[in-house]
Amino acid sequence: MAYSDKVLDHYENPRNVGALDKNDDHVGTGMVGAPACGDVMKLQIRVNDDGIIEDAKFKTYGCGSAIASSSLVTEWLKGKNLDQAMTIKNSDIAEELALPPVKIHCSVLAEDAIKAAIADLKQKQAA
Amino acid sequence: MSQTHFQLFNLPQAFAIDLAVLDTQYRRLQSEVHPDRFASASDAEKRQSLQLATQANDAYQTLKDPLQRGRYLLQLKGIDTLEESNTAMPTAFLMQQMEWREAIEDAQNMAQLEVLQQDLREKFNSLCAKLQAALDQSHDDKMATEAVRQLSFMDKLLNEIDQAMELIET
Repeated sequence: MAYSDKVLDHYENPRNVGALDKNDDHVGTGMVGAPACGDVMKLQIRVNDDGIIEDAKFKTYGCGSAIASSSLVTEWLKGKNLDQAMTIKNSDIAEELALPPVKIHCSVLAEDAIKAAIADLKQKQAA
Repeated sequence: MSQTHFQLFNLPQAFAIDLAVLDTQYRRLQSEVHPDRFASASDAEKRQSLQLATQANDAYQTLKDPLQRGRYLLQLKGIDTLEESNTAMPTAFLMQQMEWREAIEDAQNMAQLEVLQQDLREKFNSLCAKLQAALDQSHDDKMATEAVRQLSFMDKLLNEIDQAMELIET
């Protein structure tokens, strides 16, 4: 299957690959996986004291579309507050990357990873 | 009302099935609907036999494979395992998936891959045992669904390792 130029760009030059300290109170970690393709995605965000996301990192094992989806959202997340981050929809990701219908679940994975990371952060900060 | 794959082969509707019986029944059915036997039959009969042959193929492929068989049994109960849309999995399970993926990537030689493959097969088999217990004994649909979802990951990992082995061999 042919990947779009944007998918190829993120796949060949993924942004923000890596890890943040998961024990840091300002770091939220989201881990999700799609059984249908066996893809596993870890997404981490770090917020500053004003609640703005200042860093985002990911590690994804999966197809090019899954890697591109996670790479793209790490770029989108930086500079947003948590409420803004929650509004990122899988359809936005799919549209930006021109994902074909069979790869929509890769963008679902990225959206769910954001939600999981935010939930983890909120749980930590409430504790 | 159409027949289930189990009914087609006269098998009990359960996860634990006798694969030798499945093979025998499949071959018997295939010979019954073989096109040669319908050379002088009417078009309607030919169509019907072809349809049955296709169904027998699908049914055989589904029942032969433990993951597909488990998923199909849940489908018959009206349960969708949501393998495309539900991405929530136990964190420890996903961590282990990542570690295995890293290990496959880092493996330098066939011996290391074989050790990994052994680990993965053990995990696959223990999940099959869990699936069988959930479907045939405790009738715990939630546990069966989770086992199918996890088996799906293991199935993909085993494919990954096959590919890694091919790369090393060539």
